[in-house]
Amino acid sequence: MNLSGGSGRLPLYACSLAALLLSALPLPHFLDLVRPDFLLLVVVWFAIMAPRSGGLLFAWFAGLVLDSFRGQILGENALAFVAVAYLAHRFHLRMRMFPLAHQSLVVFALLAIYQFLLFWIDGVTGHPLTDWTRSLPSITGALLWPAVTGILGRFATRA
Amino acid sequence: MPLLREPGSRYAPPRASALGLRALVLIAASVAVMVVDHRQHELTAIRTALSAAAYPLQLLVQSPVAAWNWMASSFATRSQLLAENATLTAENRENDLRLLRLEAIEQENLRLRELLNAAPRDVETAKVASILKVDLDPLRHRVLVDRGTTDGVTRAQAVIDAHGIFGQTNNVGLKATEVILLSDPTHAVPVQVERNGLRTIAVGTGEAHRLSLPYLPRNADIRVDDRLVTSGLGGVFPAGYPVGRVFEVKRDPTQPLATVNAEPAAALDRAREVMLLWLHPRVPLPASEPPPPPAVAPDKSKEKARKP
Repeated sequence: MNLSGGSGRLPLYACSLAALLLSALPLPHFLDLVRPDFLLLVVVWFAIMAPRSGGLLFAWFAGLVLDSFRGQILGENALAFVAVAYLAHRFHLRMRMFPLAHQSLVVFALLAIYQFLLFWIDGVTGHPLTDWTRSLPSITGALLWPAVTGILGRFATRA
Repeated sequence: MPLLREPGSRYAPPRASALGLRALVLIAASVAVMVVDHRQHELTAIRTALSAAAYPLQLLVQSPVAAWNWMASSFATRSQLLAENATLTAENRENDLRLLRLEAIEQENLRLRELLNAAPRDVETAKVASILKVDLDPLRHRVLVDRGTTDGVTRAQAVIDAHGIFGQTNNVGLKATEVILLSDPTHAVPVQVERNGLRTIAVGTGEAHRLSLPYLPRNADIRVDDRLVTSGLGGVFPAGYPVGRVFEVKRDPTQPLATVNAEPAAALDRAREVMLLWLHPRVPLPASEPPPPPAVAPDKSKEKARKP
């Protein structure tokens, strides 16, 4: 169960890679619109459950990789990831105590903050998207949170 | 739910001040990266390296689709293949005939241009690229194609498919290039009405089957079924390629501008293969001509056009 440093980082990288692949997997358009932000869910989970291995620096790198993967302006996802990871990290002891439904609600708030930050940066850099479908990934992400905790909890603690 | 106690690591909650400081430093770093990337475009080398690292992952993501296509083609029946072959042969014959006529017309065009003392049109070379089945942002109309700097691709290069203008290249990687589609909400292309030469700009709407022509006055001479072609201004797209067909013109007497919508000619949501174009000017343009406006007008030029 040692998740800090050395070979303990392996599940962290494996989960992030899987999330990155899931975030680019070709899907039909309606599924694409509700696709949750998998990588951010992984970042939030590690920030809450294992903040020492999956800290802010990890969140920043994950965001940068996602930026280059999606061809967006470099640093956009990185900033939003760090902000969300900071909040999750700040309240991680409290969040571990919450029942699962309660946790999902908090995660929804975090995902909504992420989407808002992206929206704001898009606006500042000159290509705003004012589409209500933007909020859908936050909802599906929050709904998926129990499954994420289940899968990551099983996987990351065994490795 | 499992609680990770991290027993070996002498667990102690990190101090809030250090955490906040680290978050601030990283956020400042992100802002700095964004500013440099957005304002100066100086991170091209880093971006190219990152996209080269991402390319194997992107191939991995699209491998199920590729495997399915391979299966489908290898298990196609003989009669299917024969039928496809027959239609392709017929198409090829027709295209050959057209090409013969086209060559004659091109020669004639060149002679006439010489008579008029006009600059000859640019020479174009093309390379086929296939679209990678990788989902980017669902709200932006961008695709990834499998050509990069190793094939000589550069930023702001025209991309066409069999029916018309498809888009232009944006971020160029080593092996893969991001293409902005015509229908992307931040894309604009200078066009001309084929019937009367009226020039305007076609802007993407975020819908694959609709382009908007927002800068036409109410009394502009434009009708439903007018064909739009590229005007060649802006220097990105060569002149004369089909862009779309007008399907809706609304003239509201209370509005100074008409609402005009066009359907793109290219199969923006169905194409699998596209062509990248390289333009080589035959002679340099005379210096007296004013510099053409940029083809993509995301920030400043659009704001300017909206102000009046």
